[in-house]
Amino acid sequence: MSVIEARGLWKEYDRDVVLEDIHLNVAAGDFVTVVGASGCGKSTFLRMLLGEETPTRGELLLDGRPMPEEPGPDRGVVFQKYSVFPHLTALGNVLLAEELEQAAITARLLGRARREALVRAHEMLERVGLGSAAKKYPSQLSGGMQQRLAIAQALMKNPRILLLDEPFGALDPGIRKDMHALILELWERLEITVFMVTHDLKEGFDLGTRMLVFDKTRVDPHAPNAYGATITYDIPLQHGARSTDRLPATMLEGLPSNHDEESN
Amino acid sequence: MRRLINQRPGRVLGAVLALLPFALVVLAYMTASTARLAENPGDKLLPSLISMADALVRLATEPSRRTGEILLWADTAASLARLMTGVAISMVLALIVGTATGLIPYLRRSLSPFLAALAMIPPLSILPILFITFGVGELSKVVLIIFGILPFMIRDLQQRVEEIPGEQFVKAQTLGGSTWQILLRVAIPQTLPRLFDATRLALGAAWLFLIAAEAIAAENGLGYRIFLVRRYLDMQTILPYVAWITLLAFVLDWLLRRLNYWFFPWYPTGRAK
Repeated sequence: MSVIEARGLWKEYDRDVVLEDIHLNVAAGDFVTVVGASGCGKSTFLRMLLGEETPTRGELLLDGRPMPEEPGPDRGVVFQKYSVFPHLTALGNVLLAEELEQAAITARLLGRARREALVRAHEMLERVGLGSAAKKYPSQLSGGMQQRLAIAQALMKNPRILLLDEPFGALDPGIRKDMHALILELWERLEITVFMVTHDLKEGFDLGTRMLVFDKTRVDPHAPNAYGATITYDIPLQHGARSTDRLPATMLEGLPSNHDEESN
Repeated sequence: MRRLINQRPGRVLGAVLALLPFALVVLAYMTASTARLAENPGDKLLPSLISMADALVRLATEPSRRTGEILLWADTAASLARLMTGVAISMVLALIVGTATGLIPYLRRSLSPFLAALAMIPPLSILPILFITFGVGELSKVVLIIFGILPFMIRDLQQRVEEIPGEQFVKAQTLGGSTWQILLRVAIPQTLPRLFDATRLALGAAWLFLIAAEAIAAENGLGYRIFLVRRYLDMQTILPYVAWITLLAFVLDWLLRRLNYWFFPWYPTGRAK
């Protein structure tokens, strides 16, 4: 069964159409990457998956049920920035997931429950390579380490889908490569569904098992917002296969391809 | 020759420059005082530093003939008790109301305009009302301080909560946090150091309202004392008292800054760099 299903989904703000007629089925275990020019509604779509926005028309289903109208633990998220809590150490950030789940009133754990949660939190930090930085605050971590922490934190809840909103966009190319390896490893090992928005076409090809391209099919030059974007290409991918050449040249024009020249 | 904006004083010169205005003021005072006293040794307007020191020692060591208390300490204790009570109550209320209104749109909608209107009322103008309602005792002074600083502290903290990136609240929800848990573990902890900052700013106003209230109706306190002895042109007492109040204000400010540094290492002014 599909984890995510969209049926004739529209998103409009007053008379501005952002997304129109989106149909989509995402199977469990897919690594979906979403690319498109800026302003094409890919972030809006992600926010709908998060529950921050609701569709104007159509249906959006999570595991066959209507998407909840607010964020919840079934959907983990990593943003480009501000994804971790600055007032908690790395360990505290990961531990928070357990504390929120187990202590409804105090949101803090004591005694044995805390010790057990600490073990799981430490394991998760080790898994993303932050074992030695457990006591550090986010401001003491590099950008890449902060994103590792954000991923660890999101995975603590075993979410049905992991939503990534340009998570590596602010990182240096070298660090970004490490992060790609990490996210692929976690995706394979934990068998989760990943939905990743990126403006980096190469990243989309390298990471995804399936790439969605959001674009406008109709443009009225006198009313730029009269028509919304939809999914114009839905490309199945195999990991490791470079396939930029399989796309029509007209489509590539609208996309930033600044990382395409980089050699592997 | 580098531009003036690129030139920085060294350590020693920097310290000298910092002390210079103080030294100049003391020097100017001493010159004027000496000149006046040379003309009229009984002059009360600009007492000599030595006579002020004598007065201060007397105030700080000798019990008053009327009450048997040592005036400086009794006044300090009374004033600080009022100030601290007012400020402490304001801090607690500001934290609770400020974070709650910052986080919960329904509360914000209903309380924000009201608080904005409340903050517009000049606090001293309601002092008569406070005296009538709460009497001229301690309560009216504490309430005046709270009324004077609380509305703006609440608005400050509310804005701090609104400044927390929305991503964090989304993230907290994806970790399963309820509104209460998010208030407790995300909004309040991140607002606490801001509370100390807001309190530092509010202290100046708190002192103002304290001294105003004491000047109008009190039986002791630092503000009461300086307004009492004003009738006798007792500059010997007033000037050391003003210096003492300034020192107290400085120490409180310093203490609040240190608290931020000790308690919140993640905060930009904190230790974790």
